[in-house]
Amino acid sequence: MIEIKGLTKRYGNFYALKDLNLTIGEGVVFGFVGANGAGKSTTFSILSTLLQPTSGEAFINGKSVRRQPHEVRKQIGYMPDFFGVYDQLKADEYLDFYGASYGIPAEEREKLIPELLELVNLSHKRYEYVDLLSRGMKQRLCLARSLIHDPAVLILDEPASGLDPRARIEMRDILKHLKGMGKTILISSHILPELAEMCDEIGVLDGGQLVAHGSVADIHEKLQNERPVTVHLLGSLPEFVAFIEEQPFVSTVETDEKRNLVTFSYRGTNEQQRELLKTAVLKDLPIITFSQTETDLEDVFMEITKGVETV
Amino acid sequence: MKALLYNPVLIKELKLRFRSVKSSVGLLFYLLALSVFVFGMIFIATNFTGTGFFRPEESYYMFIVLTYIQLGLILFITPGLTAGTISTEREKQTLTILLTTSQKSWQIIFGKLASSLAFLVLMLISGLPIYSLVFLFGGVSPIQLVQIFLFFLLTVLAIGSLGIMFSTITKKTIVSMIATYGSMMFLAGVTAFFMILAIQASYGFGMGAPSPSFMAHFWASINPGIMVFSLVSPDGMVFLKDMTQLDFPIWITYVSFYILLTAFALFIAIKKLRVNMGKMR
Repeated sequence: MIEIKGLTKRYGNFYALKDLNLTIGEGVVFGFVGANGAGKSTTFSILSTLLQPTSGEAFINGKSVRRQPHEVRKQIGYMPDFFGVYDQLKADEYLDFYGASYGIPAEEREKLIPELLELVNLSHKRYEYVDLLSRGMKQRLCLARSLIHDPAVLILDEPASGLDPRARIEMRDILKHLKGMGKTILISSHILPELAEMCDEIGVLDGGQLVAHGSVADIHEKLQNERPVTVHLLGSLPEFVAFIEEQPFVSTVETDEKRNLVTFSYRGTNEQQRELLKTAVLKDLPIITFSQTETDLEDVFMEITKGVETV
Repeated sequence: MKALLYNPVLIKELKLRFRSVKSSVGLLFYLLALSVFVFGMIFIATNFTGTGFFRPEESYYMFIVLTYIQLGLILFITPGLTAGTISTEREKQTLTILLTTSQKSWQIIFGKLASSLAFLVLMLISGLPIYSLVFLFGGVSPIQLVQIFLFFLLTVLAIGSLGIMFSTITKKTIVSMIATYGSMMFLAGVTAFFMILAIQASYGFGMGAPSPSFMAHFWASINPGIMVFSLVSPDGMVFLKDMTQLDFPIWITYVSFYILLTAFALFIAIKKLRVNMGKMR
């Protein structure tokens, strides 16, 4: 479990992170969404005991990041957004070194390393020099490295950044597997739909502040107070347009005469939307389909972050 | 104790260092430099002088010069080996991951220091066969050789610790290199200049009676060149007694100073390696 209380990081007058309060339950996959400089990496660096907070406190499985950093390090597996590798080490030696760094006995490491390489699909690269691996392979190896001491919490800063589509999918599959293992995972990404698929909860950071937080569905619903609706008609467009413009909660009506489509924005509740459809059908308007256009997470993100002032 | 003996950073560093061609090439050139000098001197003494043999006093002279050459090489190599240990990890972006492991800061620093020292000790030991050629011709006692080896060890330990300290507190390797070479030059050169100034001052800059100069003695005592001279030519140290009006063995000051310097540098390096999470800033 992760508990963040009033976490703030300030550089002079600039707030990289401002009064972040968050509780992430055990086994939850939590996604941090935000533009560059929103405060994601700052949060991760503080949680990974790499950066002093200006104020506030964070606990990982009850261990204080400020007062028990050594204990916290045993609890976390951290994967930074940018990282280097030791060019003269082979993949298994790389993992062996980090295993030893966590005090894992040699005989245990010997069993663990093939398992981890298998998990990240790198068994065939076991004796290759790390420097010669592709970027995607290095990312996967780094993920294996962060798992070597079986941490309860994984902190993954942009684990899929810079990867090609295939490598992204492979990384996503591994993360799903880790989710299945019950790890608490904190992940940040710019690929918002990917987060939506993987995460139980997301937090949207903007200008160092948490501007939204909850399950993906909650955030979606909360922010969809004006949703686009598209109606496909069998002719009689002007009649439908006249009808819809009279209805409450309707705005921005647009028509596509070639395709017999009418699109409008609706601010009412789901119940009110159902009533609207019912009325239209009872009026015998020639409706073929009546559909609400789904907004993706990127639209949601843009909606949330617009108008939030950068401090 | 187990943590001290089994150090993952040390093992990793040794692996990386000895897999690198640079280390073998460095060692080769070091031994070549020593060999050229030793065999060159023997060749000159036996052929150009026309005597056809090598006298013990020549052997002793060779021993002195060889010791100074080795001191020069060590003073030159140590900063290069240690001043990038932490900053290179920072530049290569491997440090953040290393710092999130459960290794203690002192383990990381000691691992780095021990691996650099191991390479320097290897250099010293690999040079011993060439060095011990002087025994073939007599004139040098084995105890002197041991003393000089210990002196080198302490000197590389102190300068290596300074290198690691600068490497930890500076972000760029180049800055750390400059700071470490600067410190080395201060210890090996500027201290001698300060000694001369202090002696001049004790003599009232030529206008008074000489008085004991603790400062002159101190500056002389921490200069590696003068320390080497005291080891290879103990009788010659009477010059320092005459000039400073003090009869105190300089090795005591040298050993104490360099041990304190090492402890200070390592303390700072260990303290500064990781951020102090408890401190609010």
